Amino acid sequence: MYAATCVAILIVMALALLRAILGPTAFDRLLAVNMFGTKTVLFIAVFGFLTERPDFLDIALVYALVNFLGTIAVLRFFERKHLAAKTEAEESP
Amino acid sequence: MNLLIDSLTMVCLALGCFLGLTGGIGIYRLPDFFTRLHASSVTDSACAFLILFGLALQAGWSLVTIKLGLVFFFLVLSSPTASHALAKTALNSNQQPLLGREDKR
Repeated sequence: MYAATCVAILIVMALALLRAILGPTAFDRLLAVNMFGTKTVLFIAVFGFLTERPDFLDIALVYALVNFLGTIAVLRFFERKHLAAKTEAEESP
Repeated sequence: MNLLIDSLTMVCLALGCFLGLTGGIGIYRLPDFFTRLHASSVTDSACAFLILFGLALQAGWSLVTIKLGLVFFFLVLSSPTASHALAKTALNSNQQPLLGREDKR
């Protein structure tokens, strides 16, 4: 039962990776990475149940937060890069 | 009673996996970034709830269930916020949404 769930989550992670590779814009890739991270959290939780190790849930908990912070950090980078381009456009003419 | 919990867990896990797969397929087939964002964030939280609820049923009233609840609580907090921030930044850096199919306009 847990093994089937693990396989299904692995398939979804593969689809997310496929979108990360194919994604035309950078935001598609970031979206795929964010989804991949959330599915990793679920995979760790289910795998912890599969191997009868309740301490995996702590790892899943930490990973859920780290994944969120990673996404927000990359977004701040995109935001700052875009603002820099806009200020240059205003100053140059 | 035990049979009921096991069958309910099976149903929850199966539904969670199904939602996850639809999210995965949705993120692949949908044409535009914002529709993909919708597909991935909706199924993320629904799939997380169902799978974690299925696991919590198996764990019964114990510390493991509290940890599962915490994982779900943080996922529910962080996933929509990340999707919102993603959409806001995408719109700010003039990523135009596909408003309507050219042929159907």
